[in-house]
Amino acid sequence: MSPRRTFATAGRVLKQLRHDPRTIGLILLVPSILMIILKYVFNDASASFQQLAPMILGIFPFAVMFVVTSIATLRERTSGTLERLMTMPMAKLDLLLGYGLAFALVAVAQGLLAGAITLGWLGVTVEGGAVHMLTVAALSGLVGMTLGLFSSAFARSEFQAVQFLPAFVFPQLLMCGLFVPRAQMAQLLRWISDVMPLTYVVDAMKQVTLYSAWTGQLVRDLFVMAAFVVGALILGAATLKRTR
Amino acid sequence: MKNAVFIDHLSVTREKTGILHDISLSVDQGLVVGLLGPSGAGKTTLMQAIMGLVRPASGHVTVLGETAGSKALRPQIGYVTQSPSVYLDLTVRENLRYFGAIAGTSTAREDRVARDVHLNEHAGQLVASLSGGQRARVSLAVALLGHPRLLVLDEPTVGLDPVLRQELWQQFHDLADGGVTLIISSHVMDEASRCDSLILLRDGRLLATGSPAELTRGTRTRNIEDAFLKLVETTK
Repeated sequence: MSPRRTFATAGRVLKQLRHDPRTIGLILLVPSILMIILKYVFNDASASFQQLAPMILGIFPFAVMFVVTSIATLRERTSGTLERLMTMPMAKLDLLLGYGLAFALVAVAQGLLAGAITLGWLGVTVEGGAVHMLTVAALSGLVGMTLGLFSSAFARSEFQAVQFLPAFVFPQLLMCGLFVPRAQMAQLLRWISDVMPLTYVVDAMKQVTLYSAWTGQLVRDLFVMAAFVVGALILGAATLKRTR
Repeated sequence: MKNAVFIDHLSVTREKTGILHDISLSVDQGLVVGLLGPSGAGKTTLMQAIMGLVRPASGHVTVLGETAGSKALRPQIGYVTQSPSVYLDLTVRENLRYFGAIAGTSTAREDRVARDVHLNEHAGQLVASLSGGQRARVSLAVALLGHPRLLVLDEPTVGLDPVLRQELWQQFHDLADGGVTLIISSHVMDEASRCDSLILLRDGRLLATGSPAELTRGTRTRNIEDAFLKLVETTK
């Protein structure tokens, strides 16, 4: 492992993005625009918007980074560049951390913009403030990224990789406590949602909304998210095979 | 250590069907070695075995004195796959800079290899905007970056214009004169005469090895294409 190779990889991923301004625009602007739409969907019921908005701010980086990473990694696998890197003096962890670093930056940029609009303009208030919220958003992006990286090993084409969004992310969206508090769900689904990462993202955002301190539950949620990141990274590294 | 590559009774199978059967050969250092055979003969698989990208079902591959695929080999070998393994959404220079950072080379070296493959004028262009032959040369330039002692090139001259092809072969020989061993695959038999030594492969089996002159003399034929046909006949 070497920091030089990790940073070179992060820089390379960001350069690839820079040559693709439309993707940057979509990543940065779409969440903000959706928040604005949501605000006027609820229109007069601003209490409901106030309640939902922070959770959704946590979900965006998870979903976006999941898709972006699974496509980016799939391309790396199919274009032969992964095979080439594996014949070079490159540790798998350099590659994974490089991707992580680059996409965490993107997740923070996305969170900054969507957060600024939601808190500054759309009038949502969170007790925890911007730093708490961005921490949760960045970690949520990392969880999505590492799961996307892992899941890309099971996609043979970009069509399949895109379908992983409804297959992997939507069930979590339904069960994470966004629509209905988890306590009201059928017992079986509650158990399932206990082992789903998005549950902890949404729970952390609820904590950030309600409390100004780093509550015990918030810290626990952050640790669980970090554990998901490490677990998915290890599984992802196992899918980057040097030999067949 | 005189052998760049030593292959001892190598067999490779995939999904239970054999791709390479009981191949034994050795490649001397500092030679341009042609790996010839029709498509589907197992040329790419043999190259992957040398690069340590496929695990042998049986047998052993030794590269520069180490077991193929060992970590110590990574800075010493370069591999160019058939499809250009570079980032299409980066410029030529950005590709070289990234792979250079991984291989640990200087920017002067990056400029040098870009000049060597005649791409310095296109250095600022996105690889996606280049022609197929130009993309192949970017891929070759990346493989040259780290001064490899062994270069494995899978059909590097396909689709190139004759002038450039001539120049590339000249470069291959210049590299070999400097002690680099090159293994170059081709399904075009007329490239055989440009090689110091040949490996003929068919249906995953080794047909023959030797210099072009040895092979034509041994089969009493006038060119490698005829020698190949004769060898197929006699091994039936």
